[in-house]
Amino acid sequence: MSDVAVLPQDQADRLVREVVTPEGVVVHVRLAAASARLGALILDLAILIVALMAVGLLTLFAGGHLGRTAGLLALFGLRSFYFSGFELAWNGRTPGKRMTGLRVVNRRGGTLMPAAVIARNLMREVELFLPLSIAISGGAGIATDAWSFAALLIWVCVLAFLPVFNHDRLRAGDMVAGTWVIVEPKPALLPELVSEATGAAYRFTTQQLTVYGVKELQVLEEVLRSPSASRQALECDVAQRIARKIGYPNPEAAALDAGKFLEAFYAAQRRRLEAELAFGRRRRDKYDA
Amino acid sequence: MALHLRSAVFRREREQTWRELEALVERTEKDGVASLDAASLARLPTLYRATLSGLSVARAISLDANLLSYLEALSARAYLSVYGVRERPGALLAAFFAWRLPAAVRGAWKEIALAAAVMLAGVLAAWLLTMRDPGLYDSFVSPGMQGGRNFHATADELRKSLVGHDESVDQLGFFAAWLFSHNAGIGMMSFALGFALGVPTLILTFYNGLMLGAFLALFQSNGLLLPLGGWLSIHGPTELSALVLSAAGGLKLGGAVLFAGREPRLVRLAREGRDAAVVMMGAVLLFLIAGLLEGLGRQLILDTALRYLVGWGVFAALLSYFLWKGPR
Repeated sequence: MSDVAVLPQDQADRLVREVVTPEGVVVHVRLAAASARLGALILDLAILIVALMAVGLLTLFAGGHLGRTAGLLALFGLRSFYFSGFELAWNGRTPGKRMTGLRVVNRRGGTLMPAAVIARNLMREVELFLPLSIAISGGAGIATDAWSFAALLIWVCVLAFLPVFNHDRLRAGDMVAGTWVIVEPKPALLPELVSEATGAAYRFTTQQLTVYGVKELQVLEEVLRSPSASRQALECDVAQRIARKIGYPNPEAAALDAGKFLEAFYAAQRRRLEAELAFGRRRRDKYDA
Repeated sequence: MALHLRSAVFRREREQTWRELEALVERTEKDGVASLDAASLARLPTLYRATLSGLSVARAISLDANLLSYLEALSARAYLSVYGVRERPGALLAAFFAWRLPAAVRGAWKEIALAAAVMLAGVLAAWLLTMRDPGLYDSFVSPGMQGGRNFHATADELRKSLVGHDESVDQLGFFAAWLFSHNAGIGMMSFALGFALGVPTLILTFYNGLMLGAFLALFQSNGLLLPLGGWLSIHGPTELSALVLSAAGGLKLGGAVLFAGREPRLVRLAREGRDAAVVMMGAVLLFLIAGLLEGLGRQLILDTALRYLVGWGVFAALLSYFLWKGPR
């Protein structure tokens, strides 16, 4: 029997990856999409630019030799260590990542090492700051003729689009540091659907409970947990369809109090499938013989 | 009919633990691990492990998708809190200086040797070529970088350029800070370019060597090699070491991509990349020292012999630090 009996719905997702914790338990994380990464980067850049301008202005007005020296060092520190400083202090998050709910983690599941944070952000020199300075200055001072400018442009594009072309969404910095960026997992625990009293009014035969599998059960769970505004009509429809499908003797009665009927059916069906699970048999869906 | 669902009973028994962990994790996410008191801090790993085992059990017995995804997410969040960057900054810095940095530099000796050799080749090439044909000087040192130091200048002007700077004494700190941030920026660029199989890094290193070589030729042809040596010595050995270290870090990246050996390429790159980052941090440090030596030392120490002594003394101290500090 596989130790993973059932996986959450989004497990089929292309961006979901397994991380094995040092305790040896597999935990699933979802990689951040390129668009989310871009959003976080834009936020961070905006913050960084505002901070640089603020420090720059302060330096200008502070005057005095000491003030200007400190200002220059602060500018250098901000520009070079904004990302790594925050990722070190906030456990793999910059302000932009925090706002968009992203986080840098070790690809192999261990501790996020400081050297890895430094390494992944040093690569921004060529991934971010070089393209930016080309965009601003048009490549002057870096590439002197058309050929070297073309080479530079290709190189910059390769780096910039690297995350889109590999399936782990790694940018060069992530490759160098052995990290990747994930979406912070945050689902909430909703109330249990099954209580002792659930379904006292309904009875289902073994025959009726062998129609559906785990997949259908979890779709039903989703229906039962959906927001109550849209639930009524949906429940009525689903109840009728289930009643017909399993050959419930009295479909009209089922539809009459659809919510109660579905809860009862959910409880009975889950009980049956979980009992089967205990014997090492897992019926994936209604087609699973 | 009473429904004693095993999974529901299991959930009822464990839910308290999960909620407690969730509260702790939420606090660490918001305010950091340091915000937890001693009792909570001790509780965190226990709760984390209990929840992980709960996740394993739930996967085996429960079909409640919401419960499973909640446990999965809670475990992942707790795992990130428990295994994040945990060392305190002080301890981190102490370990960095005590052994991480020197060990990483020693581990990169091949790349350091290669970068130093390429730079030396640049120096020698430009030196010899410029001695033979002074017209080449302009192609090695771009006019913007010359600052009046070229073959049109008289020996006297060149000698003067070695003595002092136009900066008055109260500008020196700013000058040093400017030198540091400018040079460290070049070093970091050279490092990051190493990702392109090390080629741009080698070109940049060779080019830096060329500039130095042409410079040497210019002053030698005016009979000023000795004072130039003093002028360069005070910060040169440290600054060139920093450049070589940056390049060596970059070459480590390129080397890991090119020569992965038996490891998967990405695994090797990640391992080498972290060491390379440590080497690069060492280089930033050297750039800082070099900036201070050039910005302050060179303007305040005018005696050639003393310049040699200070510059090479600092270099010797750094060298012995990198060679012998920490466990080998």
